[in-house]
Amino acid sequence: MIIKSRIIDAQGFERTLTRLAHEILERNKGSETIALVGIRTRGEFLARRLARKIQEIEHKELQIGFLDITLYRDDLRERRNQPLLQGTDIKFDVTGKNVILIDDVLYTGRTIRAALDELIDLGRPSTIQLAVFADRGHRELPIKADFVGKNIPTSVGEEVRVLMEEIDGEDAVVIVERGAN
Amino acid sequence: MPLASRHLLGLDGMPKDDIQLILDTAVSFREVLDRPIKKVPTLQGKTIANLFFESSTRTRTSFELAERRLSADVVNFSSDVSSVRKGETLKDTARNLEMMKIDMVVMRHSAAGAAHFLSQVVKANVINAGDGAHEHPTQALLDMYTMREKFGKLEGLNVCIVGDISHSRVALSNIYGLTAMGANVSVCGPKTLMPRNIEQLGVKVFYDIDAALRETDIVNVLRIQLERQERMLFPSLREYRQYFGITRERLEKAGRDIVIMHPGPINRDVELSADVADGNSSLILQQVLNGVAVRMSILYLLGTRT
Repeated sequence: MIIKSRIIDAQGFERTLTRLAHEILERNKGSETIALVGIRTRGEFLARRLARKIQEIEHKELQIGFLDITLYRDDLRERRNQPLLQGTDIKFDVTGKNVILIDDVLYTGRTIRAALDELIDLGRPSTIQLAVFADRGHRELPIKADFVGKNIPTSVGEEVRVLMEEIDGEDAVVIVERGAN
Repeated sequence: MPLASRHLLGLDGMPKDDIQLILDTAVSFREVLDRPIKKVPTLQGKTIANLFFESSTRTRTSFELAERRLSADVVNFSSDVSSVRKGETLKDTARNLEMMKIDMVVMRHSAAGAAHFLSQVVKANVINAGDGAHEHPTQALLDMYTMREKFGKLEGLNVCIVGDISHSRVALSNIYGLTAMGANVSVCGPKTLMPRNIEQLGVKVFYDIDAALRETDIVNVLRIQLERQERMLFPSLREYRQYFGITRERLEKAGRDIVIMHPGPINRDVELSADVADGNSSLILQQVLNGVAVRMSILYLLGTRT
């Protein structure tokens, strides 16, 4: 992976998470009615971190679940590599909840479309709000985030990666050349 | 990694990793079955034909549910209504399916090797839903899923298959799959229903059910097909029950916890006594539920394999 530039470092990462937690709580007037749902893979770890932050602030239990949107993708037939199913794990009823959907990077919006369809198959949330760590633009669907860690204008040839301690060994947001691994 | 083959014809020679992948993927579909809306859009636009040249209610229904829950379009052909009765060959049936743009074919046929033949003449993915006395891979996979769910692993598990081993595709697929996954497999039944040299498949052979039960964690009880009696392969149902029937007393005598499985439909009080079939250690209904998830897993893995 060739890193072109480093947008957020570990300290900035922490501060961004703290701000997102506060914004979510402010909008929903506390954590009473909310549930966090992270989109696998990185959205899961972001959801876990945000849940911890919110619990530190509110001192209340918070419901948290994870979505694997593979079965709802619109590009399953075109992908060359069959993605490994990790499974959806939401043990609570989403009906009536204010669900905060969490993902790492918002790009075309197709992942979010799939996640919305899956969530609605699971029940009828009171609202679904979208929190993303980075918004890089280039939407292909009419989807907008409610909470954004950082807006990062990019060209199509670039890729935004949210790195996380749990899988990548460090917390950071970086820009890499497309196709680089 | 996708599955090695674009068809599911049998478990003979299937790589361990592929069996693992099917079972792991089925866990996600098992979750889907617990949702209020038990349907995902994954195979939208795919057409699947269920070709049943032998009657079957359970397997066909299970496949059809799995297909519909993946949002595929489904067409059913069964032997009593189809052109097979009118003398059409399998190859012609296959060619017709091809022209109808069928993406996947699920087939049950009385001839061993029929699914293999079909896979060579059509472009569609072929899933064997039972071919003669050869293989019934989806049944064995759902059996293995159910065992793994109960015991957490397959490796080292002691599984005894009881009944008509000679004519059983369920037995054969179970033997291939379970031995590949590192389970210890034994078979038990009357000598007349035991294939010669079955030991070569890596299984232990018992003719005494009580001895077999003393060494097993799971007993997979096969359905005794009543028509076999007419061919004098065993004297009477009463005698079969007396020597090989799985009863409460037999299980208690074995002195260990034994889990009961059966591919269905059960001949109550023949191969399995009714109280055992309905008892706490029976996984029979769990098998039916898991069957849908396992078939969804296979359809998904083959249908999205590019």
